[in-house]
Amino acid sequence: MERMLPNPEPRPADEEAQLLKIWATPTGWRWPTAVNNTVIGLLYIGAALAFFVLAGILALVMRTQLALPDSDLVTQDFYNQLFTTHGTTMMFLFAVPAMEALGVMLLPQMLAARDLPFPRLSAFAVWAYIVGGSVFFSTIFYDLAPSGGWFMNPPLTLTEFSPGDNADFWLLGIGFIEISAIAGAIEIIVGVLRTRPPGMTLGRMPIFAWAMLVFAGMIVVAFPAVILATMLLELERAFDWPFFSAALGGDALLWQHLFWFFGHPEVYIIFLPAAGLVSMIVPTIARTPLIGYPLIVVALVATGFFSFGLWVHHMFTTGIPALSLSFFSAASMAVAIPSGIQVFSWIATLAAGKRIGKLSVPGLFVFGMLAIFVMGGLTGVMVAMVPFDWQAHDSYFIVAHLHYVLIGGMVFPLFGTFYYWAPMVSRKLLSPTLGKWCFWLMFIGMHMTFLPMHVTGLAGMPRRIWTYSEATGWGPLNLLSTGGSYLIAAGVAVFLVDLLRNFRFGRGGPENPWGAGTLEWLPNDVYSTRSIPLIDSREPLWDRPELADEVRAGHHFLPNAPTGGRETLVTSPIDAVPQYVIQMPGPGWAHVLAAVFTAACFLLLTVKVVVPALVCAVLAIVSVLVWTWELDKGPDAGPVDVGGGYRLPVYLTGPDGHGWWAMVILMLVAGSLFVAWIFSYLYLWTVSPEVWPGALPEWSTAALSALLLASSVPAAMLARRSLAPRASRNALTPLWIALSVALLVGGLVVEGLGQWQHGADPTRNAHDAMVYMALVLDGELAFAVAIMGAYVIARHYAGKLDRVRCASLENTQLLLYYTAAQSLLGLLLVHGFPRLL
Amino acid sequence: MTRGSCKLSTALIASLCALLGGCEGAQSMFTPMALEAERIVFLFFVMLGGAAAIFIFVFVCLWLACRGPDGARRRLGSETLVFRLGLLFPIVLLSVLLLWGFRLLGLASGSGAEPGLVVRVEGEQWWWRVTYVRADGSLVESANELRLPIETEVLLELTTADVLHSFWIPAWAGKVDMIPGRTNQLRLRLSATGVVQGQCAEYCGGAHALMGLYGEAMEPADFDAWLAREAGDAIASSEADGRAAFLASGCGACHRVRGEDAPGRDGPDLTHIGSRYSVGAGVLQNGVDALEQWIARHPVLKPDNRMPPFDFLTNAEREAIARYLASLE
Repeated sequence: MERMLPNPEPRPADEEAQLLKIWATPTGWRWPTAVNNTVIGLLYIGAALAFFVLAGILALVMRTQLALPDSDLVTQDFYNQLFTTHGTTMMFLFAVPAMEALGVMLLPQMLAARDLPFPRLSAFAVWAYIVGGSVFFSTIFYDLAPSGGWFMNPPLTLTEFSPGDNADFWLLGIGFIEISAIAGAIEIIVGVLRTRPPGMTLGRMPIFAWAMLVFAGMIVVAFPAVILATMLLELERAFDWPFFSAALGGDALLWQHLFWFFGHPEVYIIFLPAAGLVSMIVPTIARTPLIGYPLIVVALVATGFFSFGLWVHHMFTTGIPALSLSFFSAASMAVAIPSGIQVFSWIATLAAGKRIGKLSVPGLFVFGMLAIFVMGGLTGVMVAMVPFDWQAHDSYFIVAHLHYVLIGGMVFPLFGTFYYWAPMVSRKLLSPTLGKWCFWLMFIGMHMTFLPMHVTGLAGMPRRIWTYSEATGWGPLNLLSTGGSYLIAAGVAVFLVDLLRNFRFGRGGPENPWGAGTLEWLPNDVYSTRSIPLIDSREPLWDRPELADEVRAGHHFLPNAPTGGRETLVTSPIDAVPQYVIQMPGPGWAHVLAAVFTAACFLLLTVKVVVPALVCAVLAIVSVLVWTWELDKGPDAGPVDVGGGYRLPVYLTGPDGHGWWAMVILMLVAGSLFVAWIFSYLYLWTVSPEVWPGALPEWSTAALSALLLASSVPAAMLARRSLAPRASRNALTPLWIALSVALLVGGLVVEGLGQWQHGADPTRNAHDAMVYMALVLDGELAFAVAIMGAYVIARHYAGKLDRVRCASLENTQLLLYYTAAQSLLGLLLVHGFPRLL
Repeated sequence: MTRGSCKLSTALIASLCALLGGCEGAQSMFTPMALEAERIVFLFFVMLGGAAAIFIFVFVCLWLACRGPDGARRRLGSETLVFRLGLLFPIVLLSVLLLWGFRLLGLASGSGAEPGLVVRVEGEQWWWRVTYVRADGSLVESANELRLPIETEVLLELTTADVLHSFWIPAWAGKVDMIPGRTNQLRLRLSATGVVQGQCAEYCGGAHALMGLYGEAMEPADFDAWLAREAGDAIASSEADGRAAFLASGCGACHRVRGEDAPGRDGPDLTHIGSRYSVGAGVLQNGVDALEQWIARHPVLKPDNRMPPFDFLTNAEREAIARYLASLE
């Protein structure tokens, strides 16, 4: 059947030039203002790769120290800093950012979107990550690096046992990755669900998009647990709020629960996107669609769910009851099943496709990944067996296992990705010869380093020891491991040489060099694809060979820039029906400054220079406000014709708008954080019921607080109601906004004062600290609502707020509703629960 | 599992270990000296064999998928295969493994019998305080080594004085963490006599790498005799100079020597240090030289350890103190 093209007529000649001008990447000293996803994505990947190399160098120093028994190449304290910084950097500054970077880089191309929906948000996340990450890493050079191990167990990391600023630098480093991970997750969820090309239903999405959707969803649920943990630890370090001190009703295991509730899903957060990439490369190698696509999607989602039921398997030796051990042992084994599905899907796809001749470099990395990851998975099943784990836990067996899983599950797919997708952004392919050298050096080095460690660990060598005596007999195995680590380093060095020689950023490389079937291989330029294609299958480039030419000729959707600025198409979340056109911001300094000042603020706080830190905080907030001022553009430039008979608005509020989606996801993040607080409150009660008080503040203050909080909601509703028609103002609007914010803040102040007057003191015991912690969480949100309220009032006076152009107010309202609801729930628990006892 | 299969596995292990080298050390899991530890080694080798078989199977499938005859490729290249090998096969296999794991967990929780001996082990940065609870309720304190009778149900009560530690003597049992505010339990029933080593397995800061521990399993009669001696005060030492220097230098402020004016409780009890295996929690093999080395160079031998430097001692005083301590058997 002949298919109707959305824009069958020939396009005007100057149209492409206009697109090029609008999407041009700033050059020279303005380059940091760039927001295009390919530029930002490349910067992101480059930074992640730099941290990988740096953390790898630390590993080499450690391996050199351990090569021989009784060696004293490095001191005890420096070694402790080395492994802490190595682990922290690899997990937080390399693995998660690298995956987010690939999302930023590849997703818009795979979805043929012009950019991600919030370009400046990704740019902000990248700059905050680069500045914060660099400062964190540099602490290793002046003896300020943390030395508590990458999971920073208290009480070791409390001020009593770690008095210096070192541990605070860890908390700082994590603070940044928390910010940029969550910004990235919001970006990715909205991007995947709302900026797909018309016709790309959920069932036609590339597997990588599914993987990134699950990845981002897991970040939304998992990261808040570690955010809360780091907040609690910093509060205990700085102000003696005793969350982890057993003497005052805290518990060291609370940290482990929160950390591993994040930490275990973290492994899958890293692995799933990589598995998604393999699921993209394998069909190209086999020249046939992926066998078992629906099963793989189910496997990805199932892994996401299961991974939250496993965290206790990091705590099998803490003496928890046998019943919990059995449950978590079962869950830990169950999570192997989705991985089995993926491995056999890849095998089935290779069997169903054309016979492959010589393996390309990406193919080599995929096969290498299979070998390493399957081995890591099998040792994973072993340590899920509780009695065996009692021996293996915290020994070199675990070091071996985790490196097999992470290097096999993430590093090898990543290098395969570099070789496979480089031609998308580079004028030249990377060298196949150097690629093969890189692969074999890394593959042999990997096994030589980590295979012996299984034995070293069971022969009694614990992790995190800087030296061992000759009598242990561990010497020869360690020497072998050290030799292997140098081979890995050589492999990475070959890759870097290849990058230097062959990677040239820019367009004009070979088009679709691997003969792949997905949209990222369409001809593209700074504006992404010339027009946004109409899709009717999972591998459109295989099923419609003429698609590339049609897209290039502008015959598909949105071949131009009807509003005269940057824009992309928003489609419905399930069926991808065109809904509206987003007007997107271009390059700017404000988000860069916001990132720099946020970083500066955290840094100065870490070294306890309070006043300049506050100045930076104010500057950061101002930068954010400047950045967002021009975002809420209003409907004036629309509606526009995008082709295919669609005449679409260029502005939308309410549940169809992309801003509404982002705010709802942010509320989910805040909700996860609050649930982690509820868990912590109840958990500490089970551990130390004796510090839960008999007497509480009177009901009356809590009731007054609740009344104020609850009434902020109708006030905010009335603010929305009071909005004047298009392009006019109602003098009452700012009053309603101010009232709603005042009621919200007032409610929290009343509760705080009530607790204080009653004599609650956060340093007295774990209960009181938890009570004030609820206020900290509510207060942060209320602070944000207050700033947003002032901002909306300013927009009112600037004539940028009315009944239609009200996205700013809508987002403020949503956050206010959420904050009021969370605060009320907190009141109910804090005042109600102890009365039930 | 029967005793027989354990013996078989032990023989198997011994031959495998001979190949690997290094894993027959005093701190190795592969030389089990208790039923619990033997069961774990057997479990490990069964799982290792299974894992190897699965790995080979996956790669045979992969080879057939890429290079196999057309018929094999056709059969492999379908969703049914993904369903059978990727979903059903792991479910069946893991379920069986899990049931075995549950059974082992049940066995590990012990017979519930009254323990024949209770010993408290407390982790401190970076050494072990060991307290034997005698039948009459009296306590006997020692440090950095644990002597236990074989064929006796022993209950270890594990606590910490500061940060997290983990008690691990691989030849005896898996590790158990020591957590502030909690007392964790480990039940042991040792089956063979001999001296083994262990080490703190949970990173505890600074000198974590140098927090070693000796274990000795003894015949019950020998153990009783030893504990009776250990309970007594320090012997009257003939090293009078050393004794005087020890008391005059303030060692007793932190170290206790029962029967002397040395009441300190911060550091290890030294009442019978002469009969111990090591100095500095596994850092040096015990002896006069080692003790002298320790007093002279302990900040280098074990950086960050809590003992202050004793730079003011003369060589002669150090030597005398070392001889005195070595005599405290």
